Amino acid sequence: MFTERMTASPTIPWRRVRNAADKLTTPLHPDDYLRLLNPLWSQRELRGRVEEVVPETEDAATLVIRPGWGWRYDHRPGQYVGIGVQVNGKFQWRSYSVSSPPVRRGRTISITVRAMPEGKLSAHLVRGLAPGTIVRLALPEGDFVLPDPPPAKMLFLVGGSGVTPVMAMLRTMDRRASLPDVVMHYSSPTEDRMIFRDELAALEERHDGLTVHRLHTDTDGMLELAELDTICPDWRERETWACGPGPMLDAISEHFESAGLEDHLHLERFSLKLSGDGGEGGTITFRTSGKTAEADGATTVLEAGESAGVGMPFGCRMGICHTCTLTLVDGTIRDLRNGDEFDQPNEQVQTCVTVPVGDCTFDI
Amino acid sequence: MAIADVKEYTHLTEDEVEQLGRELDAIRAEVEESRCDKDAAYINRMITVQRGLAAAGRVTLMAGLQSRKTRKPAWLAGAAMLGAAKILENMEIGHNVMHGQWDWMNDPEIHSSNWEWDTAQPAEQWKHSHNYIHHQFTNVLGHDNDIGYGVLRMAREQKWHPVYLGQPVFNALLAGLFQWGVALHDLDLEAIRKGKKDPVEMKRQLRQIARKGRNQVIKDYVVYPALSGKQWKSTLKANATANLTRNLWSYMIIFCGHFPDGALHFTEEELEDETRAEWYLRQMLGSANFEGGRLLHIMSGSLGFQIEHHLFPDLPSNRYPEIAVKVRALCDKYDIPYTTGPLHRQYGQALRTIMKLSLPNSMTSSDKPEPPSPSIDRRRRTDAERPTRRTETGAYYRGKTA
Repeated sequence: MFTERMTASPTIPWRRVRNAADKLTTPLHPDDYLRLLNPLWSQRELRGRVEEVVPETEDAATLVIRPGWGWRYDHRPGQYVGIGVQVNGKFQWRSYSVSSPPVRRGRTISITVRAMPEGKLSAHLVRGLAPGTIVRLALPEGDFVLPDPPPAKMLFLVGGSGVTPVMAMLRTMDRRASLPDVVMHYSSPTEDRMIFRDELAALEERHDGLTVHRLHTDTDGMLELAELDTICPDWRERETWACGPGPMLDAISEHFESAGLEDHLHLERFSLKLSGDGGEGGTITFRTSGKTAEADGATTVLEAGESAGVGMPFGCRMGICHTCTLTLVDGTIRDLRNGDEFDQPNEQVQTCVTVPVGDCTFDI
Repeated sequence: MAIADVKEYTHLTEDEVEQLGRELDAIRAEVEESRCDKDAAYINRMITVQRGLAAAGRVTLMAGLQSRKTRKPAWLAGAAMLGAAKILENMEIGHNVMHGQWDWMNDPEIHSSNWEWDTAQPAEQWKHSHNYIHHQFTNVLGHDNDIGYGVLRMAREQKWHPVYLGQPVFNALLAGLFQWGVALHDLDLEAIRKGKKDPVEMKRQLRQIARKGRNQVIKDYVVYPALSGKQWKSTLKANATANLTRNLWSYMIIFCGHFPDGALHFTEEELEDETRAEWYLRQMLGSANFEGGRLLHIMSGSLGFQIEHHLFPDLPSNRYPEIAVKVRALCDKYDIPYTTGPLHRQYGQALRTIMKLSLPNSMTSSDKPEPPSPSIDRRRRTDAERPTRRTETGAYYRGKTA
């Protein structure tokens, strides 16, 4: 948490000042006091203040957040950030794509959130967050990103709130005046629920290279991928980015695979898809709390720990935010997403997407 | 005496003990389910107040001592604020956070796994000696090092030796140097004396204590005095006063936890095959509360609710007052003693025990409702000889530190 520091002006040996200040505040850090003056003056845990909540549609809103110390504004367009909100005393974490373009000297970032029918936290973010609320943040991650420079021909296949990372890419190319030949297919249940529809229209007007196809699935049905040949006849020649609901992405990825074009397809999933084989299971020992749990090959380390009553840290529960990371002291675990195994002693691993392969020990 | 004798003493059948255990489990579940933003606000407010006091105390000393006019009030106010900040940090915040009382918030800044407190004892060692040894083996002779901290004779079952004649002096030293006594606690002085301590582990612990203690000493006795310029001596004295105040206060509060007359000691035999309900019972019979207002309870880390703390060491401390009402009702229902009284009386009883037990048993009388027990010199157990730990007492680990 203290490993990174924004580069201050070269005349101030900032790190040395901080280390000296540590002597005054030990065993705490200077930031533990400074954050009482201004909640953003701490990089122990990254923080941000909600500056504005802009309604986009009746169930979606854009949160404009000013990050505190330690934030880097150089996210790549398309990446997501983790956001942690204390609901009823407990920090709950989710990840959302950044919809604002990266600006090196920027002051805020924007994320656009749709309130999901079942999602208590997303509803809270859209309707319950007052400007001024302090939230926790996790640095941008993800490889669903816009290459620099962008390829000459691009295709975006977007469904619902999957538009957010694509919007960051479009805004970036717009800002840099580097928008190439772009075709975008955007599905949304109705016109009203189409996030960014006005901005997209304005962009389309400004750039000859941008063509947007809109589909209102409540009245016109889902996109049939066979129709891609009519909507965008040269789709095989384009670098494609797809983001949206799981079934839509499954269909797209199948379609591209059958055309032998999977190398040209970039996917972003907003839900966990476990494809790797489970482990054999085993006994997990949580050595700090002295508890153990039996886990089968389908129970994640996080779930096993929670059922044993260990105070496990958790975040997105889908392997993207790294809030749940713990030290694997001993043993082997397998990542359910891809079957990767981790067996180094004292390795940092994510607990929400891994299962034990035999007995293992965690430092919590 | 065996566990059955304790039960006879409390007039309970086995079924009644199990029923009591279920009722206490129900209290725990109720509090766990109702933890909410008000509880989170409580600990955050406590931390804000404590850090504010600490910063204000340091600044008052640094600035206020410079002018002759403000020197005296600044010294008094600065030392008082700093002392209060240290007390709050050690007792209501540090001790309780390290028990995992606030882990449920999923906030890495207020979590038992990484909290480090403002005293010489490294948190890791504290969590072993206190969370595990003391809370699981509460008041069991030969197991619980908190019975006299390896220095004092606090139970009649402990064998007398002429060295205990010096007990009144040891007691005064322990009170004044409490921070350093606590720092050495997990080393287990008795094991070292008997040559039973693993030298590698001892070296590791000593290194850890030296590192933590050095930072603490440098802060209070080098850096802040240096920042006060010519007034360095006054700052140094004020910091020493704040530390001493904290030492005396925490010593007194902690001695009120298990040494007033009503708190029982137990023998190893009673530990065998102990059920969860019997563990609860031992916590209730082995702990003592004291009475007071809200401020007194906060300043004593909610240890005035020692009985409730020992039953539920990992529930948020701000809930102890409401839990106490229910626990007391259970004690009435099952006719179990609930030891409590004003602070001065509880400490007075502990002090009387210290004085009396400096002499051989034959020269003094017991103040406790004493169950018959053989007087055996019991050695302390090592971790390997102890049963597996109870999980509700809080976290600790023994391992390599990065």
